[in-house]
Amino acid sequence: MSESSATPRKNYVRPLDIKHGQVDMAHGAGGRAMAQLIEELFARYLGNEYLAQGDDGALLPAQGEGRLVMATDSHVVSPLFFPGGDIGCLSVHGTINDVAMMGAKPLWLSAGFILEEGFKLADLARIVQSMAAAAKAAGVPVVTGDTKVVERGKGDGVFITTTGVGVVAPGQALSGRSARPGDVILVSGTLGDHGMAIMAERESLGFESPIVSDTAALHGLIAAMRASGADLHVLRDPTRGGLATTLNEIARQSGVGMMLQEKALPVNPAVNAACEFLGLDPLYVANEGKLVAICAENDAEKLLAAMRAHPLGSQAAIIGTVHEDAHHFVQMTTAFGGKRIVDWLSGEQLPRIC
Amino acid sequence: MKYIDEFRDGEVAKGLAEAIRREANPARNYHFMEFCGGHTHAISRYGVSDLLPANVKMIHGPGCPVCVLPIGRVDQAIRLAVEQGVMLCTYGDCLRVPASDGLSLMKAKARGGDIRMVYSSADAVLLAQKNPDKQVVFFAIGFETTTPPTAVAIKQAAALGLKNFSVLCCHVLTPSAISSILESPEVRQWGTVPLDGFIGPAHVSTIIGSRPYEFFAEEYRKPVVIAGFEPLDVMQAIKMLIRQVNEGRAEVENEFSRAVDRDGNKKAQQLVADVFEMRKHFEWRGLNVLPYSALRIRSQFAEFDAEKRFPLGYASVPDHKACECGAILRGVKRPQDCKIFGTVCTPENPVGSCMVSSEGACAAHYTYGRYKDV
Repeated sequence: MSESSATPRKNYVRPLDIKHGQVDMAHGAGGRAMAQLIEELFARYLGNEYLAQGDDGALLPAQGEGRLVMATDSHVVSPLFFPGGDIGCLSVHGTINDVAMMGAKPLWLSAGFILEEGFKLADLARIVQSMAAAAKAAGVPVVTGDTKVVERGKGDGVFITTTGVGVVAPGQALSGRSARPGDVILVSGTLGDHGMAIMAERESLGFESPIVSDTAALHGLIAAMRASGADLHVLRDPTRGGLATTLNEIARQSGVGMMLQEKALPVNPAVNAACEFLGLDPLYVANEGKLVAICAENDAEKLLAAMRAHPLGSQAAIIGTVHEDAHHFVQMTTAFGGKRIVDWLSGEQLPRIC
Repeated sequence: MKYIDEFRDGEVAKGLAEAIRREANPARNYHFMEFCGGHTHAISRYGVSDLLPANVKMIHGPGCPVCVLPIGRVDQAIRLAVEQGVMLCTYGDCLRVPASDGLSLMKAKARGGDIRMVYSSADAVLLAQKNPDKQVVFFAIGFETTTPPTAVAIKQAAALGLKNFSVLCCHVLTPSAISSILESPEVRQWGTVPLDGFIGPAHVSTIIGSRPYEFFAEEYRKPVVIAGFEPLDVMQAIKMLIRQVNEGRAEVENEFSRAVDRDGNKKAQQLVADVFEMRKHFEWRGLNVLPYSALRIRSQFAEFDAEKRFPLGYASVPDHKACECGAILRGVKRPQDCKIFGTVCTPENPVGSCMVSSEGACAAHYTYGRYKDV
């Protein structure tokens, strides 16, 4: 990785004590300790031919005639470990998904670590191993990176920024500007699992049915959706702010309105119950392994079938339609038979008092 | 979800809407106030108004504990955190209530105040136990529903002998607010706010029972139906109110018989009586100072009273001049009648308290219903 190239790599006095060791300021100082951290931890797990180049950047092969897509995302989740994942796999999945939602095939990732002095090396190793497993499973290697250490109290254990690069074939690019009146809106599965898993863990809420994060890389699902031949207009992963915020973004970008059917929204019963308990709305709770797809009306059933045939889309559903609306409102016919706006999330969702 | 989905069934709602339509006399109008913010939220979120005939109108009442919290009280909480250096604990939706000088607890937190969101009063006691070197104050707000847990926290702190826990008590009483509305000139003298009946809050009545409302029904000839917070509960209550009005009755009826009886939870009432006593005066946002409308901590538990432990004082702070929250809380105006609604005052930048909590009339209309205004 960047600062390590000029440092002699072998014969450190002692191997990195991952079991008992902690991050200290030397691990970010650019010297021997940092080289050791990179070599014995990051390179050991994330290693590949590009990372092994050891330069400030990775020299990558050209990729045909398509256009490049690059996306970056910083991850500051608390707690770092949660049911269904951790900050490591999340930082891989999140950025792969950002690249994939553009219609691109994700190819490479970079990873920037901001470590807090005193952070346990064992926990760091667990995170890096999780990143490595996620990157391997997705077939998207981490090819370059950076490490900084901040003083104790000036960080939150670990922050990870990942950048992804992908390539999009001619005519395959997607954008949030492409939703058209008459289009159909689909989601790939249940809503709010990640956000509620984090909240339950963070606040030690201890629900009877454990809620597990849905963190996952979605480019495989997207490839299956593409293969169906459906005329896809928009893809977007509804992360922070949940489905509601994502749809409002798309409605504004495309200059359209949307009408959802509440009855059609897939929500895990445990998530629904937890939201009910806390006075939250699953429409606004974060997802890390779900996507929203907007496609031409005639292709909706075909696309739905393709999504449901993939493990990550088995609970996909058609949830609404796009229409003309100068106000760009996202509205919903409630299961109750009334109508309401599904507004942008303002601030963050706070539990109600009673 | 069992016990919830049954009360959100669209097919049942259709049938109930039809029954309401049959029940309502087309020759007259019906105006019902849902006192509680929980009902306001349910009506907006599920689009209940869309299912009602045009001559049945709902008026949003002052029953959102966050909305009636006066600026001066939030200022006290902020001063405790910023000037006195206490760890201030409170419920999530208090954090965004606008205070003086453009502040809120959320903004005071960003400025370094140690302000924690808790899910229950017990969490605040736990924080006091875990941080013996810090003074921990629980900013306790809410109607009768949230009062018993605060009483439990104070008793628990006393039993544990905690020297670093106290409560800034801002608990208020539902019947006083209803009295204030019925005695207001708009309703009583000028008749500018027609009120044909009330939907009473179920959670409050699980504690105090239905008996406290009997006075209103008799004295003011207004029917009251105590109802749960699911949309079908609300619709059923509306149907029951229409029937009472049509038959010239003004009684307290209980739609929420699955949890409410006439006498309420006597154990909880005793707990509250042990720890709290009536305040002679308390300022409500939008309703001014109301006599005997709030609780304070009994002298027996004075050491857990933040108002006694810290030099706080109380200064009343007027609302923003253009803000119509006061009129909206009393049913005199609708959110969309306020000049700054949706322009200067939005959920991102709430000027008035009704825009803060999701249960506030303005926030509910902005978030769920403003498509009707365009």
